[in-house]
Amino acid sequence: MLEKATPLVELQHIKLAFGGIHAVDDVSIDLYPGEVVGIVGHNGAGKSCLIKVLSGAYQRDEGKILIEGKEATINNPRDAKAYGIETIYQTLAVADNVDAAANLFLGRELKTGWGTLDDVAMEAETRKIMGRLNPNFERFKTPVVALSGGQRQSVAIARAIYFNARILIMDEPTAALGPQETQQVGELIRQLKADGIGIFLISHDIHDVFDLSDRVAVMKNGRMVGTARTEDVTKDEVLGMIILGKCPPAAVPGPGAIVDA
Amino acid sequence: MSAPNIATKSDPVPSSQNRASHAQSGPIRRFLNATELDTRMLGMIAALALVWVGFHIFSGGVFITPRNLWNLSVQTSSTAVMATGMVLIIVTRNIDLSVGSVLGVLGMIMGVMQAEILPQFIGFGSPLMWILSLAIGLAAGAAIGALHGVIIAYLRVPAFIVTLGGYLAWRGAAWWVTTGRTVAPMDQAFALMGGGTYGAIGSTASWVVAAFVCAVIVWGLYSGRKQRRRFNFPLRPIWAEVTLGVLACAATLAAVWVANSYEWPSRVAARYAQANNIPIPEGGLFIAHGIAVPVLIMLGVAVLMTFISMRTRFGRYVFAMGGNPEAAELAGINTRRVTVMIFTIMGMLCAVSGAITTARLNAATNAAGTYDEMFVIAAAVIGGTSFNGGVGTVAGAVLGALVMQSLKSGMVLMGVDTPLQNIVVGIVLVVAVWLDTLYRQRAK
Repeated sequence: MLEKATPLVELQHIKLAFGGIHAVDDVSIDLYPGEVVGIVGHNGAGKSCLIKVLSGAYQRDEGKILIEGKEATINNPRDAKAYGIETIYQTLAVADNVDAAANLFLGRELKTGWGTLDDVAMEAETRKIMGRLNPNFERFKTPVVALSGGQRQSVAIARAIYFNARILIMDEPTAALGPQETQQVGELIRQLKADGIGIFLISHDIHDVFDLSDRVAVMKNGRMVGTARTEDVTKDEVLGMIILGKCPPAAVPGPGAIVDA
Repeated sequence: MSAPNIATKSDPVPSSQNRASHAQSGPIRRFLNATELDTRMLGMIAALALVWVGFHIFSGGVFITPRNLWNLSVQTSSTAVMATGMVLIIVTRNIDLSVGSVLGVLGMIMGVMQAEILPQFIGFGSPLMWILSLAIGLAAGAAIGALHGVIIAYLRVPAFIVTLGGYLAWRGAAWWVTTGRTVAPMDQAFALMGGGTYGAIGSTASWVVAAFVCAVIVWGLYSGRKQRRRFNFPLRPIWAEVTLGVLACAATLAAVWVANSYEWPSRVAARYAQANNIPIPEGGLFIAHGIAVPVLIMLGVAVLMTFISMRTRFGRYVFAMGGNPEAAELAGINTRRVTVMIFTIMGMLCAVSGAITTARLNAATNAAGTYDEMFVIAAAVIGGTSFNGGVGTVAGAVLGALVMQSLKSGMVLMGVDTPLQNIVVGIVLVVAVWLDTLYRQRAK
């Protein structure tokens, strides 16, 4: 079974505080290759903060990050990318005023023999990958600010998967999308999973999470209520975890669970 | 609607750079789409033409003359050089209020170097003099700019405050270099950087420059087309490529022709003829100025800055940071280092402008560059650099500087009083930005 292997990522006892507020309080979570772990919870439950620790955008106050069993040093987004951790942020985090190719290669530009930007090669690569992800995409010369939500999303996704990510973090990947595009993202997740990529899927749409995840982890007030295999719990039980912090019997309780009397 | 990237290649509209989203089929629209010209830039050139023609009529026909246009080009160069750097600064949502004062202190440093310090070591009139002076100026400019950049990027003081402090401090420092004494004259070779009768390259060399520029234009169009074909990207129609090439070359040749039509003053020419034993023909000796040295410097800087902003990683990061600083940071860009580099470049450009200004006056004064920051910022903004960040071009800023200078010099020719000149320039700045805002809203 999956649990026998070394986890791709282990976050152990992560703490993150802003001033006196514990955004993330003693959270541990792991992820195996080819697995999708859904992280759910209310707004402000600490989901985004937790994954931003992993993606290097925030620096944790306490805790350890292990990649394939070895302790990793992640202090900024560059470090995370070096470990093959790619992130699709809720805000998409695309550079609005440059085109799709410039975004796809932002920070990792292709260069010509002269050391200058090889825009033509970058556009060619972008056309290739966008042809796979979103065949309708054709506005390669337009600044991404002029693109629709779905098109911007596909640029953000293309950027995350182009560089052979091993660990993919998707923060509300379908928030800006219509039903058809949401379905495309779902198919993409299944395809990436089949390639052995580990995915953290952050969402507050519980249907998405049940459709796509192998396991679900519930956070409340910065603490981990518990994790469960999706097939072992019902949506109502997960809702109970989100709202009440009550851990059903099939779930592994975390430090944030209310212990039943 | 599946995989249409190849099917739509013959249709230039989606790939066109200009942001008009609806293809209209008028001949002008078709021309713009096919050539992928920036409509905003064309609008600016049209505005400039309007200003020139207007002044020409109202000044009694003295504006569009070789002499005035040549002087205009020289007067524009100092502002234009700094405006190219200001573009990068404003694009990243920063501002530099200190450029005029930094120009002042660097001009003083370069002046004192060549007039007082360096002669002690290499003697007056040494051919090394101008190089060493300029190099020291550039180094000092880089240091000042880097200092600003480090305070802004690492100590997190807003650029407005840092450079406001710099505006005061460096003006004071300029005075301090010689406690207010004006330093003159400059080294002879150094003085050529300021233009003037001798500070131009003459007609033959100017035509050579023109031929070189035309060759580069043609080569650029050709190699761009080859690259696009290699990757099967949409190509411009041949007629559009030819039109672009012809227009660009014609503009180059016309500009050089104007510079070559401006002759040396007859007395200077006569003196030159006497010194070189050239017989003076009937009707006077015609010696053309050709392109002025400061204009060449300005063009060189503009080409270099365009290259940096469009073709290097650094340039890409500047625009990405301006559009969305958070995204740039998350993409792994070291935004602080980029900020320091931008301000370092600005400092070095202040040194170049300082050299031009000092050479043109043939004296270093502690008041050099006063109010320059305002004109430099205005040039960048009129040239289409957006205060919202992420948008701006070097070519636009140079054009903006030319527009500003045209207004100033046109009003001088018309005999408008200085206070009224300032009122007009102020109004034009605000109106220009308002029109630009309208344009951008419509373009969306």
